[in-house]
Amino acid sequence: MSARAGSPPARAELVGTGARAVLRLSGEWRLAGAPPAAEVVVARLARAQVSELAFDTTGLGGWDSSLPSLLLAVRAHCRAHDIELAPAGLPEGVGALLTLAEAVPLQSAPPIDARPRVRPLARLGRRVIDASRASGALFAFVGEVVLALGRLARGRARFRRAEFWLIVQQVGAEALPIVSLVSFLVGLILGYIGDQQLARFGARIYVADLVGLAVVMQIGALVTAIVLAGRTGAAFAAQLGSMQANEEIDALRTLGIDPVEFLVLPRLLALIAMTPLLALYADLMGILGGAFAAAVVGGINPTEYAVQTVQAVGWNHFVQGLISAGVYGAVVAVSGCLRGMQSGRDAAAVGATTTSAVVTAILHIVIAAAVLTVLFDAVGL
Amino acid sequence: MSARAQIRLEGLSVGYGGRAVQRDLDLEIRRGDIFVIMGGSGCGKSTLMRAMTGLLAPLAGRILFDGESFWEVLPAARARRIRRHGVMYQGGALWSSMTLEENVALPLQQYTDLGPRQVRELVDYKLALVGLGGCGALYPAEISGGMRKRAGVARAMALDPEVLFFDEPSAGLDPLSARLLDELIVELKHSLGTTMVVVTHDLASIFAIADEAVFLDVERGTMLTTGDPRWLRDHAADARVRAFLRRGVA
Ligand SMILES: Nc1ncnc2c1ncn2[C@@H]1O[C@H](COP(=O)(O)OP(=O)(O)O)[C@@H](O)[C@H]1O
Ligand SMILES: [Mg+2]
Repeated sequence: MSARAGSPPARAELVGTGARAVLRLSGEWRLAGAPPAAEVVVARLARAQVSELAFDTTGLGGWDSSLPSLLLAVRAHCRAHDIELAPAGLPEGVGALLTLAEAVPLQSAPPIDARPRVRPLARLGRRVIDASRASGALFAFVGEVVLALGRLARGRARFRRAEFWLIVQQVGAEALPIVSLVSFLVGLILGYIGDQQLARFGARIYVADLVGLAVVMQIGALVTAIVLAGRTGAAFAAQLGSMQANEEIDALRTLGIDPVEFLVLPRLLALIAMTPLLALYADLMGILGGAFAAAVVGGINPTEYAVQTVQAVGWNHFVQGLISAGVYGAVVAVSGCLRGMQSGRDAAAVGATTTSAVVTAILHIVIAAAVLTVLFDAVGL
Repeated sequence: MSARAQIRLEGLSVGYGGRAVQRDLDLEIRRGDIFVIMGGSGCGKSTLMRAMTGLLAPLAGRILFDGESFWEVLPAARARRIRRHGVMYQGGALWSSMTLEENVALPLQQYTDLGPRQVRELVDYKLALVGLGGCGALYPAEISGGMRKRAGVARAMALDPEVLFFDEPSAGLDPLSARLLDELIVELKHSLGTTMVVVTHDLASIFAIADEAVFLDVERGTMLTTGDPRWLRDHAADARVRAFLRRGVA
C-alpha cells in the first residue's frame, strides 16, 4: 500500500521544550509511507530536555501499527528519563493498544540469551567438554550397535527382513547412476592428468597402473562412500529424526522393542552389504574412465590398456578396496542413525540432523581411510 | 495402601538434567479408574507420563505398580512390566513406514507365539473396537488426525494391557472427534476394566471421562490437589484449581 496521492505524509514535530513540549503528530501514518523512525523522535526528545510531554493529534489522518510502535518507544524513553506523559491527546484506539502491549506477560519467559557472557578461555573449555560428551555419545551408540549385532548373531534380535531388502534396493540399485557418473569422471580426470605427466618420461602406458591401483585400492570405495553419505546417510538421519519428532521411537521403547535392533541393524547391514558391491562397480567405471582418457589423449589402444591394468592390479588390492568400502558403509550408516536418534523433536532439528549426519560421516570416513591404510600396510596386504 | 490402588507415586520428582519440573508427587490410582493428570501447558504432564511409561528415570521418589517399584529394578524386569502397559502418544506416533494393520500387529508378533492368521484376526478385532474396521491396509499418512489417534489406541491395546496411558487424547482434534474419542475411552473402561491414566488440559474431556484427577501447578512445580474434578471445581481448597476447572486457566 503506497501513500495515496495527495494524502499528507506522516510527520512528528516536537514543539516547545522543557515542561511545555508537545509532540505534534500529523498526516497519514502508514507503514508503506515511511513514517518517522522512533529513534529520531526519541533523540529529539532528549535534545530538547523535555520534562513533560503532551500530544497534539488534530492533524492526524489514518494510522496503522507504525503509530503505536513509535509511541511505545517514546513511552519507554519517557519512563526511563522521568518525563511526565499526558496521553490525553492520543486517539482512543492507540491508548488501548499501548496498554495491551505493555501488559505484564502471562508467563515470564526466560530471555532468549540467558547465558552470561563467557570469556574465550571458558568458551574453549566448554567446547572441549561438549566435544568429549559428543564423542562419548558416539562410542555409547557404537557399543549399543555392537551388542545388538551380537544378539543378532545369536539369533536373539528382532530383525526386519522386509525393511532390510527395501533399504538394500534403495541404497544399491537406486544409487547406481550417480556412482557410475562420479567414478567414471574421476577415472577420466586421473587418466588425463596421469597421461600428461607420464608422457614426459615416455612411460604413457603406465597410466593404466596409476588409474587401476588408485581406483581399486582407495578411490572407488571413497567415491562410493561419499556419494552414499550424502544420499543415504542423510536419508537415514531424516527418517529416524522424524520418527523421533513423532514419538515413534518412544512408542518402540515403551513396547520394549530396542530401536537399535529394529531401525539401525537393517540399515547398517544393508550398507555393509551394498557398499562393497557398489565400490566394485565404481572401480570398473573408474578404470573405464581412465581407459577412455588414455585412448583419446594418449592414443593408447584399449586392449593394451586392459592388459596393463590386469598385470598391475592384484587380488590384494581388490580386497583392500572392498574391506575399506565395507567399513565406510558402516560409518555412513552409524553416523546417519546416530544423528537421527539424537535429533530434537521439531522440524528444524530434523533438518539440522541431516546436515550433521553428512558431516559426521565424511569426517569419520577420512579417519577410517587413514587408519585402514596403516593397518593394511602393517599386515602387508 | 488401599486394596484397589494399582499405581502409587511416592515423593516422586521428575525433570530433566537434574532440574525438577514436578516434585513431591504423592498419589494413588485405583484399579479400573480413569485418572486424569491435568494442568496448564508446560507444567510437566508429559514429563510425568514419560517417567510412568519407562522413558525417563525420575530424579527422586518411587513409582509403584501393584506394590512393585518400577525404576528400582533391573531393566529387563522393567521391560517385562512395560509389556503390560499400553501408551497412546499425543500425535498417535504410529510407525509411518507400516500400515495400520502392521502397526497393531507388531506388538503381537513381538510378544506372542500366535500364527499369522490369529494375529490378523486379533488386529481386525482391535481396529474394529476403535472404529477403524476395514482401514487396516492404510498408511498413517493416509488418514486423519482423529483416525491416527484411534489407531494409536488400537495399538496400545494390542496386548490387552492392564494400564493404558494417554497423552492429550483430544489435543489437535475438532470438538466432535474429541468427544468421540472421549466416549471411546469411557466405553473401553467399562467393557475392559482397564485402568487408564489420561494427560489432558481439555476441560470438556476432564469432566467427560475422569473418575479422579490431579492438578499439577506450573508455578509451584508440584501437585495441588486430587479428587473428582466436579467436586474440585466447586470445593477445591486452592483457588487456582477452581479457576482452572471453571475456565481452563491455570
Ligand atoms: N527434553 C527436555 N529437556 C529439557 N526440558 C524439557 C524437555 N522436555 C520438556 N521440557 C520442559 O519441561 C517442562 C514440562 O514439559 P512437558 O512435560 O512437556 O509439559 P506439558 O505439561 O505441557 O506436557 C517444560 O517447561 C519444558 O520446557
Ligand atoms: Mg505434553
